[in-house]
Amino acid sequence: MPMPFHIHVTVNKADQHHDVEPRLLLVHYLRDVCGLTGTHVGCETSLCGACTVLVDGKAVKSCTMFAVQADGSSVTTIEGLATNGQLHAVQQGFWECHGLQCGFCTPGMIMTSVALLARNAAPSREQIAEGLRGNLCRCTGYSHIIDAVNHAAKAVARG
Amino acid sequence: MFPAHFDYVRPATVEEAVKLLAKHGDDAKLLTGGHSLIPAMKLRLARPQVVVDIGRIANLSYIRETGGAIAIGAMTTHADIEASKTLRDKSPLLAETASHIGDAQVRNKGTIGGSLVHADPAADYPASILALDAEIDVVGPRGKRTIKAVDFFVDLLQSAVAADEIVTEIRVPATAKTVAYVKTEQKASGFALAGAAVVIGPGGVRVGITGVAATAYRAAGVEKALAGQTSLTPDLIARASAQAAAGVDALGDIHASPEFRAHLAQVNTRRAIEKALTRA
Repeated sequence: MPMPFHIHVTVNKADQHHDVEPRLLLVHYLRDVCGLTGTHVGCETSLCGACTVLVDGKAVKSCTMFAVQADGSSVTTIEGLATNGQLHAVQQGFWECHGLQCGFCTPGMIMTSVALLARNAAPSREQIAEGLRGNLCRCTGYSHIIDAVNHAAKAVARG
Repeated sequence: MFPAHFDYVRPATVEEAVKLLAKHGDDAKLLTGGHSLIPAMKLRLARPQVVVDIGRIANLSYIRETGGAIAIGAMTTHADIEASKTLRDKSPLLAETASHIGDAQVRNKGTIGGSLVHADPAADYPASILALDAEIDVVGPRGKRTIKAVDFFVDLLQSAVAADEIVTEIRVPATAKTVAYVKTEQKASGFALAGAAVVIGPGGVRVGITGVAATAYRAAGVEKALAGQTSLTPDLIARASAQAAAGVDALGDIHASPEFRAHLAQVNTRRAIEKALTRA
């Protein structure tokens, strides 16, 4: 057995210190060690995007990153978006626009959209679609998802 | 899917990483963005005893002008290359190519050095690296050496970088705006069934093709047909592009037959030349 590796990760603004196996993937660290099961394990092959989280503000697929690589980083998961019971603008957009059916892909969709809006506060529908090409939904056909992100962008712009 | 167990080491300098590679030999693998290595480890196609994470070595992520070239640190992500104003202004082909790789999340993690050394026959960068006549610096126990793009891709998933060497820098020349990368992608993965990168400059036309053969290659037949031509007419472009897979041993798989890949190489070469000319 290899030596466990000590990591310190800030997850949703809370300090986490753990000894982990080097082979532990970030998505399993978040779910099984930190108990944050909002991040979903989908395809496990970095195609579907259900496991998307923010690492130091950048959207990444947590199934294709070892937890040890996140050592010293700040991670935001879907659980870290709402503040004081208030949904994040993107979460509210998905709620208002029916941007989900089964909901399995939704945490990843939302995390990718949060990063997209941080880069580009007023994206076109084409830019939203391009920004979400790494996230697959097998229910909705994407129109409502694009509506939801658009809704969020406009809500933030209105302040 | 879980990779097999491995020992994890995290050197702080290139020198330290080179020593670790020398010590562990074939048992070690370098990790940066991990977007080629981790999938291979999950499938147990790669089973390193030691993973050497060079992702935190300082000063290997940069894009800067040096004389007539733009130097790119090996650990620069695809996202940073895509967004680089320096590249978009001075040598836009690589930035355009980066925007075609995977998706936003993949581009946030994957690095140019890691992608090149992986030498995937359907990756996007190789076509552009070849068309740009780039240079790649590597450091190993025998010191530093520079590999020309045309010598870099040796065989399927095999680059000219030795197992004990590390890619440190990629240099591309400043170019005119008349460049383009056009690909037909495999819809699920985004990898190229055939991609053509074109650089049109005072010295002629250079064409790199990826996705078609075991390695990316320079389309010598196309370049020769266009050499010395002052007027690139549609007819001439079409005739030249027909040479895009001439003499090449095209690969076939469930996604595309060798004939289809060769056909796409021709079509995308023509489209890339036409697109580059619209940017004059």
